Amino acid sequence: MKLTRTGVFTIVVALAFLAVPYAATLLGSNYVITLATRVAIYAIVAVSLDMLVGRSNLVSFGHAAYFGLGGYAVAISAFHLANDVPIFGWAGTNEALIAWPLAMFVAGFGALIIGALSLRTAGVYFIMITLAFAQMLFFLFVALKYYGGDDGLSLSTRNLFAGNRITDARTFYWICLAALAICLLLSWRILNSRFGMVLRGAAASERRMAALGFPVYRYRLAAFVIAGMMAGLAGALWANQNRFVSPDMLSWVRSGEFLVMVIMGGLSSLVGPVVGAAAFLLIESYLSGWTEHWQMVFGPFVLLVAVFAPRGLWGALRGKGDV
Amino acid sequence: MLRVDNITSSYGGGLILFGMSLDVGAREVVTLIGRNGMGKSTTIRAIMGLTPARSGAITFDGKRIEALRPHEIAQNGIGLVPEGRQIFVRLSVEENLVATSADRQGAANKWSLARVYDLFPRLAERRAQSGGTLSGGEQQMLAIGRALMTNPRLLILDEATEGLAPLIREDIWACLRQLKSEGLSILVVDRNLDALLGLADRHYVVEKGRVAWSGTSAELAVRRDNIERQIGI
Repeated sequence: MKLTRTGVFTIVVALAFLAVPYAATLLGSNYVITLATRVAIYAIVAVSLDMLVGRSNLVSFGHAAYFGLGGYAVAISAFHLANDVPIFGWAGTNEALIAWPLAMFVAGFGALIIGALSLRTAGVYFIMITLAFAQMLFFLFVALKYYGGDDGLSLSTRNLFAGNRITDARTFYWICLAALAICLLLSWRILNSRFGMVLRGAAASERRMAALGFPVYRYRLAAFVIAGMMAGLAGALWANQNRFVSPDMLSWVRSGEFLVMVIMGGLSSLVGPVVGAAAFLLIESYLSGWTEHWQMVFGPFVLLVAVFAPRGLWGALRGKGDV
Repeated sequence: MLRVDNITSSYGGGLILFGMSLDVGAREVVTLIGRNGMGKSTTIRAIMGLTPARSGAITFDGKRIEALRPHEIAQNGIGLVPEGRQIFVRLSVEENLVATSADRQGAANKWSLARVYDLFPRLAERRAQSGGTLSGGEQQMLAIGRALMTNPRLLILDEATEGLAPLIREDIWACLRQLKSEGLSILVVDRNLDALLGLADRHYVVEKGRVAWSGTSAELAVRRDNIERQIGI
């Protein structure tokens, strides 16, 4: 098999992720791991969002909603457990293998409802209605004083993973990286299946696909739910990393950041969204150590990417060769 | 097989079809001819449910389809090759063919990739290329191949040879003749009378949203001068 330029850079990105714990040991700093964990978590969101924005031409401006729902699912079940009133009397909600699928289910259910209504619209209206639904959820959590309202909700401890504590930064990083790898594999499989071809085809024209006998709406709704579930998993991981959730997770600013990650990294590619998430967080972390108003530098940078690398950072890296 | 009975339809505000009727029998090739804006494409959009008819009936194999949604109509066995080709430019040639392939009625002689590539060898050469990089003629072949992969019992072609080089046109006509000899029912919208006369069994001249004349190829050949004036060729 011939190694393409895309192949080389894909390997470079993978190696960079694998090297993080060793780099942290060399530098004697755990911050590298914390940052890389955050990158892996946001990359999951970006990959899921690209399935909608990049592949299906569905610009969802409310993807933070599912991220937040996943986070709150974990935090609320932990909150009830800590107060000795487990939800429905379930005792196991502190176990990641229960809480995280629960988070995915909750986020997926939210995506099912919001998607079922939003996908009846298209274009700008779709952008606005997904944004509107996300804002509704945002204000719902702001209003839920029992769960902290504006101040958010703290988790006293991370979930157990198969009965083991995951307080160690390295262990948690490997778990997040594995989750990212699974999401990438899944998204690759989905997009190259017939289901994915229908999505990608319908991105160009919905009517064309319908005239060939395909109910585009159902395919899109399924994709919307899958993407929502992935974002929900990322939300659960984020809640665990920070041991804290707040309505901020669902805010429209967050949705916008997700979009910037995907678009800056490169739409419609597998690795592009990962590169976008990494670039976004690394630049943010570097610049915000330098000035509080880091967006003043970041904004022009995003502009430069948009002008000089219209296919995103990943598109620029892999070159003109393969599309 | 297909019967359009007295339908009216509007498109973009104004009424376009005023009691349009036509029939396509099994194994028959039928054409719609007429000037631009007379309602040929609107008729096809109504058949496919893309712009549903306001009144009147459309039956396919004895089943009323005028109220069905586009994907349901297609699933009943009607394959559309839309005007302006409209292939999926982001998918490869092979993905274009496979993505929507289906055999919902259990066709006797099922369409496969190999059979489409047999019909259009140029597509086989370009199977890994993305649809957007094909020439106009190749895109047209791909659009026909894509429709065939749904194993339709009726194939509808809307201006399939529009804007193509004469040689490529001839390829397309040859392909349609072959499909006819294999027993496929075909409804064609085109303006190339010479080719249509050699291919089709019957013709409908569409004028102002209804059928102004209809007849067999032999009848059309006799009145050809009149008809040409009527449809403005």
